[in-house]
Amino acid sequence: MADALLNPLSLTLSVQTSEAFAAPAMSLADRASRALESGVWGAVMYIVIGLVAVLTAVSVLGLVMSYIERKVAGHFQCRLGPMRVGPHGVLQSLADGIKLLFKEGIEPGDGDKVIFIGAPIFSITATILLLAIVPLAPGIQVVDMNVGVVYIAAVSGLGVMGILMGGWSSNNKWSLLGAMRAGAQMISYEVSLTIALLVVVLFSGTLKVSEIIESQQQGWWIWRGHGVAIVAFCLYVIASTAELNRTPFDLPEGESELTGGYHTEYSGLRFSFFFLAEFANLFVFSALAVTFFFGGWLPFHVGNYEGFNAVMDLLPPVISPMFWFGSKCALLIFVLMWFRWTFPRLRMDQLMRLEWKVLLPIGFVNLIVAATIVLTGLYFFPSAT
Amino acid sequence: MTVEVSSLKELVEQASGDDRSPDTQEYFVNMGPQHPSTHGVLRLVLKLDGERVLRCIPVLGYIHRSIEKISEHMNYMNCVHLTDRMDYLSSIMNNWAVSKAVEEAAGIEVNSRIQTIRTIFAELERIQSHQLWWGVLGMDLGAFTPFLYGIRDREVLNDVMEETVGARLTMNYVLPGGLMADIHPNFVHRVKEFIKYFRPKLDEYDDLLTNNVIIQERLRNVGILSAQTAVQYGATGPVLRGSGVAFDLRKDHPYGVYDQADFEVPVGTIGDSWDRYWVRVEEMRQSLNIVEQLLDNIPPGDFLVKKLNSKIKIPEGRYYSQLETARGVLGVFIASDKKDEPYRLHYRSPNFNNLWCLEPMIKGDYIASLIGAMSSLDLVIPDIDR
Repeated sequence: MADALLNPLSLTLSVQTSEAFAAPAMSLADRASRALESGVWGAVMYIVIGLVAVLTAVSVLGLVMSYIERKVAGHFQCRLGPMRVGPHGVLQSLADGIKLLFKEGIEPGDGDKVIFIGAPIFSITATILLLAIVPLAPGIQVVDMNVGVVYIAAVSGLGVMGILMGGWSSNNKWSLLGAMRAGAQMISYEVSLTIALLVVVLFSGTLKVSEIIESQQQGWWIWRGHGVAIVAFCLYVIASTAELNRTPFDLPEGESELTGGYHTEYSGLRFSFFFLAEFANLFVFSALAVTFFFGGWLPFHVGNYEGFNAVMDLLPPVISPMFWFGSKCALLIFVLMWFRWTFPRLRMDQLMRLEWKVLLPIGFVNLIVAATIVLTGLYFFPSAT
Repeated sequence: MTVEVSSLKELVEQASGDDRSPDTQEYFVNMGPQHPSTHGVLRLVLKLDGERVLRCIPVLGYIHRSIEKISEHMNYMNCVHLTDRMDYLSSIMNNWAVSKAVEEAAGIEVNSRIQTIRTIFAELERIQSHQLWWGVLGMDLGAFTPFLYGIRDREVLNDVMEETVGARLTMNYVLPGGLMADIHPNFVHRVKEFIKYFRPKLDEYDDLLTNNVIIQERLRNVGILSAQTAVQYGATGPVLRGSGVAFDLRKDHPYGVYDQADFEVPVGTIGDSWDRYWVRVEEMRQSLNIVEQLLDNIPPGDFLVKKLNSKIKIPEGRYYSQLETARGVLGVFIASDKKDEPYRLHYRSPNFNNLWCLEPMIKGDYIASLIGAMSSLDLVIPDIDR
């Protein structure tokens, strides 16, 4: 029992030390699963510490991402972005966070108070749960369950509940319209998202996230997948943009149409919860794309070019996974921001048509082709298994 | 023809059905006066079925400053200055409309230098008005970047005009009988530079919005205004031309020195939002052409025919004069009783008529289409209320 209590503590502490990396990569995850199985208290401790770590990560992510977003937007739009608070405005999001903390949390008089207060918490909880399964580096992952992909599909569906609750309880017609749009949109695009991920599940033959990364040692699925994976990746990017409610799919907010959509009535800290969840989700969905299609923390290798591969492996093993994972994520996030600051918004009927008449049929055909490839064993590169 | 008059209250009460009915319920929602897309203080009362717009009732008066009434106690020189605040994006053209009416009524002849400079400035202002409209249309359709691109180029043009005029929005440049000041020595040179700068930017506009598939999807076959309806509602300017009616005062009843310039009037086909969009973008190109042609041939002369005192007296009678602003026909009606103040001064503002085209355009379509269609009308609310 005492062992179990100590284990999770050592887990989170050792994240910072190089000791964890010196040991075989999976030992951390092994210890985590041992803690989960050792007893009720061990599991509870582990979950609490894990969630606190993830919550911290969400807040930091929210701050960093909102700064990056504004900088990227600024430079796309022939301006500088935040420049006043700190050098190049790096403290701008912190200042905004403090401002949001001190703002009055207004509740609509005729709204449903309990649901109104609960909605942003629900929204951010879904994000925290989703972030828990993201493998940042070998073993640095709060949960690595054997049905990871199912978990992702299940938990990412929770986010829409927060938005629906917020829109409903605000007792505002604009909010309600935004929430209904969000409900229709996010539930529809989740189908495409899951189907795109299933292609990789077929290729790698596992639902466990860490094993999906391991299966890409011989080459990332985006290359090895016969073009099927490229189609799946495109589907994933489109569907995840819709899941994130970002332009061109930002109908639930639809500022110029719905005056703010589902969070019209929210202010202060409650609004910042929605805001944080949105930005953390941006990271999570990019991280999942990296995990499934771009080999997670694995460095960039090209077939048998030993020299090139050796150069890619130059980084010390402590930094290497973080560097590769971080840079791949950053690239994807940049692409998503590029979308946001270039495209206009779709209309609701066009959005639905795109999902049910275009993306979903392509997704299903793609899945069948992937299954055929896996059955006949026609890989470009030798399979890992 | 019968006209039904019903108050807003009656309309709202008529529509509210039984709350307990299992059928979907139609509901009313206020779009504005505080709404990001009504650009100012326009209030639209929308009757919605889900997201479908069943009725769209504009409610006016939130920015009424009684410019017409105030003008009745001002002499004609002073009336001009108030018109800056009507359609603030066409301020020089508004000034010119009043000046033109007063000049015609009082029989003041202005020389061709004044007319040429007025024409050049009117076209420059048409460009900057359309630049802002282009950016705002992008923003209304959910893309924020075009707005800043439009503003960026508008700033360049504003700098050029500011050098001569001294102001950036309420320009106050044209007077009955001439201009406030002569053009700045740099003016011709800098306008040429601007034309060289802006031509490639127009292609950039095409890359960013015009050729974007989402923009095409959002604008094409949306908010169709037939030529007949447009004429019936008295729509003018790009809204009318988008519906396929080639009516442009610059061409049909030339004023200023438009008869000296060679330009085309872009005309749409079916009158959807896309046609109105295309007409405006094309108008920017045509305006550049007009300015380019006139710029080298500004004749010498005075910028004011004679030092006018403020007591211009107009013979008794009724006078009407009109010109084409960036949004359509601005008419000025003067009823004079031989004094130096107008007995009645009425403006026929283009936005007022264009606004009422919104409902026939959008009935039965989505809110999102309403936003796109409203944006393609390019409304300036202070001009509607005056």
